[in-house]
Amino acid sequence: MQKQILVLIAIAGAVLAAGCSHKPRPQPANADQTGATSLDQPQTSADNGANALGAQGDTGNEGAGPSGEQLKNRTIYFEFDSSDIKAEYNAMITAHARYLASNPTMRVRIEGNTDERGSREYNIGLGERRAQAVRRALMLQGVNEPQITTVSYGEERPAVTGHTEDAWSRNRRANIVYLQ
Amino acid sequence: MTKLWYPLVQRAFSISVLLALMLALGTSPAHADLQILITKGVTDPIPIAIVPFAHALPPDGPFDVAAVVQHDLESSGRFRAMPRKQMQLTPTRAADVQAADWKASGNDYVAVGRVSVPSSTEIDVECDLINSQSGALVATQKFIANSASVRNAAHQISDFIYEKILGVRGAFATRIAYISVQGQPPAQKYQLIVADADGENHKIIVESTQPIMSPAWSPDGQWLAYVSFENRVSGVYLQTVRTGERRLVSARVGVNGAPAFSPDGQRLALTLSGSGGNLDVWLLDLASTSQQLTRLTEDPAVDTEAAWSPDGKSIYFTSDRAGGPQVYKLEVAQHQRVERITFGSGYNARPRVSPDGKKIAFVTREGSAYRIGVQDLASGTVSVLSHGSLDESPSFAPNGASIIYAGRDGAVGTLQIVSVDGLVTQRLNDVGEVREPVWGPFAH
Repeated sequence: MQKQILVLIAIAGAVLAAGCSHKPRPQPANADQTGATSLDQPQTSADNGANALGAQGDTGNEGAGPSGEQLKNRTIYFEFDSSDIKAEYNAMITAHARYLASNPTMRVRIEGNTDERGSREYNIGLGERRAQAVRRALMLQGVNEPQITTVSYGEERPAVTGHTEDAWSRNRRANIVYLQ
Repeated sequence: MTKLWYPLVQRAFSISVLLALMLALGTSPAHADLQILITKGVTDPIPIAIVPFAHALPPDGPFDVAAVVQHDLESSGRFRAMPRKQMQLTPTRAADVQAADWKASGNDYVAVGRVSVPSSTEIDVECDLINSQSGALVATQKFIANSASVRNAAHQISDFIYEKILGVRGAFATRIAYISVQGQPPAQKYQLIVADADGENHKIIVESTQPIMSPAWSPDGQWLAYVSFENRVSGVYLQTVRTGERRLVSARVGVNGAPAFSPDGQRLALTLSGSGGNLDVWLLDLASTSQQLTRLTEDPAVDTEAAWSPDGKSIYFTSDRAGGPQVYKLEVAQHQRVERITFGSGYNARPRVSPDGKKIAFVTREGSAYRIGVQDLASGTVSVLSHGSLDESPSFAPNGASIIYAGRDGAVGTLQIVSVDGLVTQRLNDVGEVREPVWGPFAH
C-alpha cells in the first residue's frame, strides 16, 4: 500500500510539474488577461497591501526537491480529527528540517488535507492545523519562517477516492512540496 | 452595487476571454436531470389538471409550457397532476372550461393557457387558474418573455399557481449554483455551475484543475463569490453570472475561505487565517476603496463558515472553541458578544439561516453519519431532515419551503431537495460528482 501511495504521489508530482512549466510572471493589477488564458497557469497573486494580514506571496513552482532516503518521503499521515505528528515521522521531518536549514534559499509549501467527512470549510480549518503542525516542527528544528508557506486543501484534493476508512486514512495527510 | 466594487478590481477577465476559455476547454456541460423521489410524501397532494397550452410557435419545436409546469408542481410533492392521456378535452381559455367535468375526474384545480407571439422578439405566456370545485376563475397571469426566457416564464407560471393555491411564494423560477468535479485524483476538473432550480439550463461559470469551493450568491443574484485554488493557494473571487467579469478580493497569506455576502450586498464575511493558521471570521467592506477589514472573532480555535441573519445584524458561524465544532452567533455591531446556538450532537457545523430568520440548517453528526439538521431558534428544537451518511452543505430556498443539500448515493455525489417539514425529498441527478449547492435569491 505504501508503495502505491508513493507511486501516486510521484505521478501527482509529475503531473503538477508538467502543468507548471512556465515561470510565474507578475501581472499588474487591473490587467485584462489576454491570449490563451486558463485558470491553471501559475499566476502571481496581486494584492493592494491594505490589510493587516499581508499579501499572499509568489507561491513558486513545484520542484523535484532533494533526494535521499528520508527526504524522498514527503507525506505525513494523521489520525482522525488529529493534527498530532506521530513519532514514526520524526526522523523524516528532522531530515527535511536539516536540509532546509542548510539550504536557506530552498522553499517548501506544506499542504494540509483531511478526509471527506463533515463540512468543507471546517475541514479547511482542520487541514490548516495539520499544515501548521508540520510547519512548527520544521521551524523548531531551525528552518526559517520565510522558507515555509502553508495551504490547506481540506477535503478538496483527496489522494484517493473512496468512502471507506482505508481511503479516509490515506487522505488525512500533509504533503511537503519543494518549490523552485 | 456593481459600481461599488470597482475599487476592488485586481484582475479582470474580459468576457471574450472567458468565453474563449470555455470553448477551448471544449467539454459539454454535465447534463442534469431531475428525478423525483418522494421518500415519504405528503399524504394528500392537491389534484390539479395542467392542460397543454395553445402555442403559436413553429410546429417543429413548440415549447411545452404545461409539461414544465406539471414537472415543477409535482416535484414539490404538494400536487398530483392528471395524466394528459386521461384528458377528454383540452381547453386553452377559462371561458371554455367546464368545471364540473374536471371536478368529476377528481381535480380540485384546472390550469389552462396559451402562448402567443405578438412581435418577432416577444413571446407571451398566459395562464388561467380555475377552481373546479366552485367553477370560479382564481386568477389569470401573463408573462412576457422571449425565445431565451420562455422556459423561465413557464417556471413563473408554476410560481403563480403554487402561490395562488398554497399561499406561499413559489421558488421554481430561481437558480442554483453548485460545484461539479470530474476525473480521478490527482487529475480532477472542478467547475462552478449555475442552473435553473430544476437542474436544467445550466452554464459553467468557471472551470479549473485546482479546487473551486464555497460558492455564495450576492443578494441581487448578479454575482457569485467563491474560493479558487488556481494559484495553488486559496483566493476569494467575485464573478458576475451574466458576463463572467471576475475580481479577486482576497488572496492573503494562509486561508481565504467561506465568503458570505451581507444582506445589503455591501460587505463580505470571510474566513482568514494569516500565516499563524488561526482561522477567524472577518468582514471585508466591499464599498471602501481601501478594502477595509474588520476582525469579528478572536478565539484561537477554528472560527469559520459565516452565515448572515436576514436583518444583517448577526452572523452565525462554526467554531470548535469548546472542543468539537458547534454553531455560534455573534452580533456584528458588538462582536465580542458570542452565544452558542447548537448543543446535542458533538458535531454541528456550517449553519445557514432561513429567509425568515427563525431557523438554521446545518450539518449534524448522528452516530457515524453526517446529516442535515434544522433547529428552530426560538425553541431550540432540532429535527434531522436527511438520511444519508455523508450529507452536507444545506441551503434554504428563498421561500424557505425547502432546503437543497449535497448527499451521496454510493460512489456518486448528488444534490437533494428536502421540504423543511422533511416530508418530500427530490433528487437532482448529474453526471459525476456534484456538491455544495447554493440556492439563489428570487429573481422577480
